[in-house]
Amino acid sequence: MSVPTERSIQFELNGRHVSLNTDEQRALLWVLRTDFALTGTKYGCGQGSCGACTVIVDGKPIRSCLTPLKNVAGKQVRTIEALAHNGELHPLQQAFIDHGAVQCGFCTPGMILSAEALLRETPNPSPEAIVSHLERNLCRCGAHQRIVAAVQSAARRSSGQS
Amino acid sequence: MSATSGLSRRQFLQWAGGGVVILVSCGPLRVFSQNADHISPEDFNAYLVIGNDGRITVFSGKIEMGQGVMTSQAQMVAEELGVALASIDMVLGDTDRCPVDSGTFGSLTTRMFGPVLRAAAAQARAELLALAAQKLGVAPERLMVKDGVVSAASEPGRSVSYGALSKGAKIARTIDGQAILRAASEFHVMGHSPVRLDGREKVTGAAKYAADIRIPGMLYARILRPPSHGAKLLHLDSAAAERLHGVALVNRDGLIAVLHADPEAAEQALRGIKAEWQVPEPQVDPQSIYEHLVAAAPPLKTIEERGDVEAARRGAARIFEATYQKGYVAHAALETHAAVAEIKEGKATIWASTQTPFPTRDRVAKALGIDPVRVRVITPLLGGGFGGKSADAQALEAAHLAQITGRAVHLAWTREEEFYNDTFDPASVVKVVSGMQPNGKIALWDYAVYCAGNRGAVPCYDISNARFRSSGGISYGVDKSPTTLHPFAVGPWRAPGANMNVFATESQIDMMAAAAAEDPLAFRLRHVSDPRMRRVLQAAADVFGWRAAARPSRRGCGLACSIDAGTYVATMAEVEVDPATGQVGVTRVVCAQDMGIVVNPDGAKMQVEGGITMGLGYTLSEELQFRGGEILDRNFGTYAIPRFSWVPRIEVVLVKNDDLAPQGGGEPSITTTGAVIANAVFDATGARLFRLPMTADRIRQATAKANSV
Repeated sequence: MSVPTERSIQFELNGRHVSLNTDEQRALLWVLRTDFALTGTKYGCGQGSCGACTVIVDGKPIRSCLTPLKNVAGKQVRTIEALAHNGELHPLQQAFIDHGAVQCGFCTPGMILSAEALLRETPNPSPEAIVSHLERNLCRCGAHQRIVAAVQSAARRSSGQS
Repeated sequence: MSATSGLSRRQFLQWAGGGVVILVSCGPLRVFSQNADHISPEDFNAYLVIGNDGRITVFSGKIEMGQGVMTSQAQMVAEELGVALASIDMVLGDTDRCPVDSGTFGSLTTRMFGPVLRAAAAQARAELLALAAQKLGVAPERLMVKDGVVSAASEPGRSVSYGALSKGAKIARTIDGQAILRAASEFHVMGHSPVRLDGREKVTGAAKYAADIRIPGMLYARILRPPSHGAKLLHLDSAAAERLHGVALVNRDGLIAVLHADPEAAEQALRGIKAEWQVPEPQVDPQSIYEHLVAAAPPLKTIEERGDVEAARRGAARIFEATYQKGYVAHAALETHAAVAEIKEGKATIWASTQTPFPTRDRVAKALGIDPVRVRVITPLLGGGFGGKSADAQALEAAHLAQITGRAVHLAWTREEEFYNDTFDPASVVKVVSGMQPNGKIALWDYAVYCAGNRGAVPCYDISNARFRSSGGISYGVDKSPTTLHPFAVGPWRAPGANMNVFATESQIDMMAAAAAEDPLAFRLRHVSDPRMRRVLQAAADVFGWRAAARPSRRGCGLACSIDAGTYVATMAEVEVDPATGQVGVTRVVCAQDMGIVVNPDGAKMQVEGGITMGLGYTLSEELQFRGGEILDRNFGTYAIPRFSWVPRIEVVLVKNDDLAPQGGGEPSITTTGAVIANAVFDATGARLFRLPMTADRIRQATAKANSV
């Protein structure tokens, strides 16, 4: 068994500076869920296949189950818990509720954060672009067509075309 | 007090703090509950409590796994009680506080528990009206209720709120079945689609699932699993694992686990365990399983028979004989099984992702050797169930580990464990011999199903000579087949058995329609007199724009229908097939459904869309790979479930039928997915597929064969 390399790791987590003395090889997913009790980030497969653990690092969606902590040193990490602002839901969150794009809700945080990253780069994506972007996020309840509709509607709302 | 309830009536009333409490006792439970035989007469449970602050707390043993029953149950209470939906708090699946319940499955919540819940709310409303009548000096029939405020119909200013009426009251009433439920024409809350009550917590990450529960000082457990079902442990070396700081090792009665305050350290410790196993010689694989199942299944039993099958067979102008097969399918809910267990002062509390909190409580009690009153199962939200969380091995494992270590234990299966421990939808076989008269009338239907069970086996077609036989299965309740039948555990999977039975039945019907050179919709209508089925078929055809033609028409349009959980479904689909690769693209689906009164139309549509989408998996790709008891699929990399690009445009038509009480909604639509796609593929290619899933390879081969004839 490898000997853990304990180091001081610092990054910005949901707008707050945080510092940890820990094994830098630990997966970001478990650090978020265990050390910070941010349980909105979900474990689904542990190998980057399902997208339930998606968080945003420096504006990009990443699979936190495959991301060693050292990879986020000095970076900005954003989880689902920080998407609403002062209790006001992000347009994507509101759209997911309004369109019934939520069933069991387990894939939802990863879906919303993946979509958030998409809208950041492509403010008005076509349905095909949404499908292609979310293709690697799994949903077992079958909410797919409503998720695509929710992302489209949030995009329209964000760009003032509602 | 009986062993099956957690609190006595007196304790409950103390705990509830007064107000109006509506209880249920044995009588009505026997009438309405799915499985009330084991409930003793002194049992009681509360359905709802109207608090001093006017808030309503509803207690239900039914759990929320995405199907929306948190919201639909609240709607039913709000409607019957006359309060705003926002004033209701739901407590679900907590065995110390909720009515005894056999589990959330079979699309039974709205159908079977709904009437009880509505009756409880209607009874509460009657009690409150009586109290208000006294207080206001107005006869009950001259009172009206809106948003929890009772007022005189002629004098709206003369009013009193439910909260005020409950204050100081200590009223406990048992449902007597006298309360009259509101008619659909009076609905204000039912029949509407408010946003789901669990929506906000789910989009903000605040929603708690079992693995999200944290107890100070708890340990994360990882369990050593054999490489194959049936494997025997020969040698164990846990020295390296035990050297890790803070690791606790458990090795008792076959349960081998490592526990640590950090989940990754527990995982690392598990990897440090060296185990040697003796793996039994594999006897079956995905190719040989069908022959094995037919040979080893319990003898067929006749479940229904009419007319004279033998005579009809001799007299038929044309005979159609076919064998249908379907492989093992995983539940693959995004949330793996998880539980947190804590034993304190002789009482075990288990937070578990389970569809069956009460049976889980009883099993945990038995496993720990303690009285069920000393076990409380609390069910947080479930990240999908689909029947797979009727099995609750993780709750038992967590409880055992908590008992052994004396610490609170967190156990969340990895995806690999989830695949290993799943209770799969069983592989199954259907053999059909059907016959037709020269005029194209179905003269014979001789149907035998192996290992799927008989749900969905008897269709609504008018056939005078028919026989239905089944070897048993898990369609309704427990599979009594020998444990050696399947190489690993099987169990209920969304509409157990019906997916296979409808696939076989509706493929066979389609085959006969094609042989009669008749449009498959017309052929079905000619054999269906049931008006509900005729209506859904017509409704689907209208929205789909069904074009009548004999099959194959090369347009890629198919149709299938079924009755499931009291609901009638007709589904039409359009597909494109690439003959070179066999790849199927499903472009469009229309599903018409008559489910009686619809409690929440948008929620019902979500279930239909979800069923069809999930069904694309067992139809096109999902087939567990295994070698004997060794499960070869261990994650989503090889086991392909539907993705965004697979999903067609799905239109749902809810056929109005307000004269009928609400029927099932979670399962019916998925039963038609296999058949409707198979029939559409036949229409596109002229090739009929007899085996699910219809992988691209199988479609390419079948198409090549059909076109070479």
